[in-house]
Amino acid sequence: MTDLYHIDSLFSEEELMVRDTTRELVENELMPGVRDWNREGRFPVEMAAQFGELGILGATLDAYGCAGVSYNAYGLMAQELERCDSGFRSFTSAQNGLVMYPIYHFGSEGQKEYWLPKLATGEAIGCFGLTEPDFGSNPGGMITTARQEGHEYVLNGVKRWITNGTIADIAVVWAKLDDKIQGFLVAKDTPGFSAPEIEGKWSLRVSVTSDLYFDECRIPEYNLLPEAVGLKAALMCLNQARHSIAWGVIGAAIACFEEALEYSKTRIQFDKPIGGFQLVQAKLAQIWTDITKAQLLCHRLGSLMDAGTAQPAAISMAKRNNVAMALNTARVCRDILGASGIVDDYHAIRHMNNLESVYTYEGTHDIHTLILGEKLTGIPAYK
Amino acid sequence: MNLLVCVKHVPDTETAVRINLDDKSIQTQDVNFILNPYDEYAVEAALLLKEANGGEVTAITMGPDAAKKTLRTTLAMGADKAIHIACEHTADSGATAKCLAKAIKENDYDLIFCGKQAMDIDNAQVPVMLAEILGLPNISAINKLEVADGKATAHREFEGGVEVVETSLPAVISCHKGLNDPRYASLKGIMMAKKKPIEDSGCSCSVPDIEVVKMEYPPQRSGGKIVGEGVAAVSELVRLLHEEAKVI
Ligand SMILES: Cc1cc2nc3c(=O)[nH]c(=O)nc-3n(C[C@H](O)[C@H](O)[C@H](O)COP(=O)(O)OP(=O)(O)OC[C@H]3O[C@@H](n4cnc5c(N)ncnc54)[C@H](O)[C@@H]3O)c2cc1C
Repeated sequence: MTDLYHIDSLFSEEELMVRDTTRELVENELMPGVRDWNREGRFPVEMAAQFGELGILGATLDAYGCAGVSYNAYGLMAQELERCDSGFRSFTSAQNGLVMYPIYHFGSEGQKEYWLPKLATGEAIGCFGLTEPDFGSNPGGMITTARQEGHEYVLNGVKRWITNGTIADIAVVWAKLDDKIQGFLVAKDTPGFSAPEIEGKWSLRVSVTSDLYFDECRIPEYNLLPEAVGLKAALMCLNQARHSIAWGVIGAAIACFEEALEYSKTRIQFDKPIGGFQLVQAKLAQIWTDITKAQLLCHRLGSLMDAGTAQPAAISMAKRNNVAMALNTARVCRDILGASGIVDDYHAIRHMNNLESVYTYEGTHDIHTLILGEKLTGIPAYK
Repeated sequence: MNLLVCVKHVPDTETAVRINLDDKSIQTQDVNFILNPYDEYAVEAALLLKEANGGEVTAITMGPDAAKKTLRTTLAMGADKAIHIACEHTADSGATAKCLAKAIKENDYDLIFCGKQAMDIDNAQVPVMLAEILGLPNISAINKLEVADGKATAHREFEGGVEVVETSLPAVISCHKGLNDPRYASLKGIMMAKKKPIEDSGCSCSVPDIEVVKMEYPPQRSGGKIVGEGVAAVSELVRLLHEEAKVI
């Protein structure tokens, strides 16, 4: 996409190198397979090791074998992954923001030393279980419980819509311990724990989404994440992931835009390229503008994250704005492609379907509206 | 082993080239420059040798200040240090080879790797000229390499066969597709590259022997021609390909 605003010049050379090396990996390793993986509804789990080798996993952490890149570099990386498919960005958002981040920030030294190097190389995959069948937008109401028995905790309950669940070696699970929300680590194959995949998704098909069942599931005492106390801790993880979503969806939008622009120049109707009609140009001009604005919002957000001054509402603003922008972009681009836009020879329909998930997860669009509303008025409108 | 890789900063192969108003050079504004794709094989070959035998990999480039970006890419891939010969004007292959040779002579390298050709100018001359000036043996366009006991054995592929050649070291070797699978610059490598040294070396460029007189765009492609349909059209198609297009 033509960089009209010279947005590239806002980034350091390293940040652009991170983007370019991720793009190379995506072009060579992911793009050729994505259509088939989407048809099969399969996450190519062999890619985890490649992501690890490149340094994508835990990229912002500066220890345990991780690279310690800036939030803007991490954002550009998310953009490149999602240029291919939201599923790949989802995989890394979960592994990085929802698993490695809480272990790094809330975990014991032993938990960090055991899990972080494995998660960084992709040898281990993680998932994050907060949402429940009856508690989505209102996770604070969760009914999964933990009770202490001797040197063990016993978990009971169900988590739903959990990214990477079935393929995860380790789950970060939130449950009520003495009525207070607390984070735990649950290793796969723990008796009483199972993670079947949710079938029938028409969105995010290259990402694994699962239920997590806990039936008198006993975990050792040392699997409690010491500092992961209260809903606030869980929300801190979500803020990490939301930053990468706000960035990532720009990639999906760019992919749709580039495809539709190219198509509009070569598709002839009424003896001229459809890109020569004013209505099509209006759509393209608007998308180009929307993407440019989203990039600027994200660059600023990344800088605030690096400075440690990003307020949660600022992250909500970017998630809300950019996902809606990308979803709208995908729909308009699908329209520009005409009938071609409904088949998976083109990317638009896959991105469009994926972005429906992204619009809902990590706080629905409307929940982020309410977060901004509360920030403005001081009045929470959730209930 | 002390290994050197010569690399070039070239426009991305997907760039739509635009000629400057002087009709002699291309516009560099809004052009994305990358490490010459054939040089990636050279960098990978040097890194693999270093990993197997120990030693050090140095990357060298001659080019404008912006070419340091390409050096940093090689450092991010795993090279240990780099030399930048700052040169803002255009040099032909001869001037480039002489200039590189001068900087290279100051060190003893066991092996000097190049890409088979630079994707911008496509002359494929620098590696051969460099070897000649340095008085070293040269093997070009290799796609397999073994180094042992002070000797290098390389494979060169040509239509219908393979040539296996051997040389003593030091030598200049230019690398072709298939030699290896170049690694991506890892995020850790990128962060570490910041701390690796890039030595500035003055340009000793001579006046080029070759002058670019003019650059022009290829002729606009005109629309195709429908010769006929089915088997009936074959003989006419063959005649046109032979007599008009002169391709068969
Ligand atoms: C593909 C996918 C992957 C996911 N991965 C994970 C994961 O890894 N870990 C995890 O814990 N969760 C995950 N989720 C769950 C996701 O975070 C929830 O789906 C999301 O929080 C919304 O919850 P819900 O689906 O129960 O919808 P609900 O909360 O039931 O919302 C339904 C609708 O009601 C609206 N609504 C709800 N409350 C209000 C209100 N107060 N005011 C106005 N409107 C309201 C919502 O905006 C929405 O439009 C994933 C979801 C998907 C689809």
